[in-house]
Amino acid sequence: MNSFRLFFVGGLTSYRALFYWLSPTIYIPSLIVAPIFQILLFAYIGRSAGLQSDVFYVTGNAIQYAAIPCLFAMSQTVSGERYQNTLHAILVSPANRFPLFVGRALPVMGNAAFVSAFSFAAGCVILGVSLPAGSIPGLAVVILVAAFSCTGLGLTNAAVSLRVRENAVLSNVIFGFLLIFTGANVPISELPTWMQDVSHVLPLTHAIQAARDLAAGEPFSDVTGLLATELGIGIAYLAGGLALLRVFEWQGRKHATLEQL
Amino acid sequence: MRTLRLLGIGWLFHFKMIMRSAFDGVGQVIYPLFFATVAFFVFRAGDSPRTLLYASLGAAVMGMWSATSTTAGSAMQRERWQGTLEALVATPANFALILLPVTIAMATIGIYSLVATLLWGRLLFGIDLTVVHPLLFVLSIPATVLTFGALGFLFAVCFVRFRAAWALGNMFEYPVWLICGFLVPLTFFPAWVRPISWILAPTWGMNAIRESSLGGSPLPDLIMCFVLGSAYIALGFLVMERLLRAARERAALSLT
Repeated sequence: MNSFRLFFVGGLTSYRALFYWLSPTIYIPSLIVAPIFQILLFAYIGRSAGLQSDVFYVTGNAIQYAAIPCLFAMSQTVSGERYQNTLHAILVSPANRFPLFVGRALPVMGNAAFVSAFSFAAGCVILGVSLPAGSIPGLAVVILVAAFSCTGLGLTNAAVSLRVRENAVLSNVIFGFLLIFTGANVPISELPTWMQDVSHVLPLTHAIQAARDLAAGEPFSDVTGLLATELGIGIAYLAGGLALLRVFEWQGRKHATLEQL
Repeated sequence: MRTLRLLGIGWLFHFKMIMRSAFDGVGQVIYPLFFATVAFFVFRAGDSPRTLLYASLGAAVMGMWSATSTTAGSAMQRERWQGTLEALVATPANFALILLPVTIAMATIGIYSLVATLLWGRLLFGIDLTVVHPLLFVLSIPATVLTFGALGFLFAVCFVRFRAAWALGNMFEYPVWLICGFLVPLTFFPAWVRPISWILAPTWGMNAIRESSLGGSPLPDLIMCFVLGSAYIALGFLVMERLLRAARERAALSLT
């Protein structure tokens, strides 16, 4: 029961306390307006370069932008505690680390899915992209799976925040890598072979492909393989993030560097 | 002379500070490279007659704007966090003359981004930089930096009453990239967008750099940079006077 309480109540409380972008003055510019302009930017670059259609850029960027709330919110779950001098209190507690950190990831995932879905819808309306009506439930599932897998990467990022001071720079760099490698704006086949190989082990790549397939009218049953792979990648990053948290927590205790700023 | 000294020392001081910040100095130089890389791939894979050099120059100027927009938006907020805003406002020097070199220093960091992006394009994508009017090209870069700094100054002044000014500055990163013709010609946009592009100095700075490199007549663009940059600074001075007076009257400068 304690673990359930820690997972749901603790997760929501810490999210509300630590994700300081929840203020409307930050949330609206950063998570409502910015993704729409990212979609428009790349859709117009695509038109200017004569590459792909608007629907390609809407699906790619709406799903890829889930990375921003996932990476920043998850890193703030660690760095926020550190800045408020509460990290040591959290880490000396006997609380089970799995519900402690995964509980914090749940609201992040919900928010990422909302940001992604909203920018997807706004991008479609502004650019006049029409999707098959039957694809919408499937796209909702894709967005949820993408948000989950990216939250897994976010947890890994949070773990690294135990060792890296400049987590905002790190989050931006990871976002930049995802922008290039996931095929959000460039067809994967146009990337060099080594980049294609990397793209297959990153979150979002398979979700973006699944969303494009659904938008092209393919049935949901045809993208279940892609979604299963995306889910597997998300679980792998989540497990990796939890393992890294353990390692860095142990190292931080050993070297007394947990709160080093 | 005193004013020039204040501007010069202020610029140097803040330039050094920004260079030592991981977020502003390193992050703002590296971050645009990701967008430049995507642009290179898109233009290389596309069937547009626009060349990779066209994309390279646009992506390079994107980096200059990145270095300015977020950080300039929060320039006064940073002084507020550091507890130096009240002291700076209380000095006999006009506060606008203290703030202006800060945003110009931020825009100057953009030169690193410009050079890094052009080198990135050369080394990874084999994009050769050909410059038809070398002298005007060299002139276009500081002119663009100054106009970016002037626009950043106007942002910093206008956002002074917002605690989350950085988020507003950040919000303007993509729109300026989009509508100032960095990677997309203005003819692609609806007619109502173009007047907005024309009153934004980055449009003319981009034109000046591109025309001096690819061939054309960059002089009218440079004149527009000068006119708009001067207008931003004049407007910033006026708005600053009013905002500071209002903040003093209400004792609301620190926003606590």
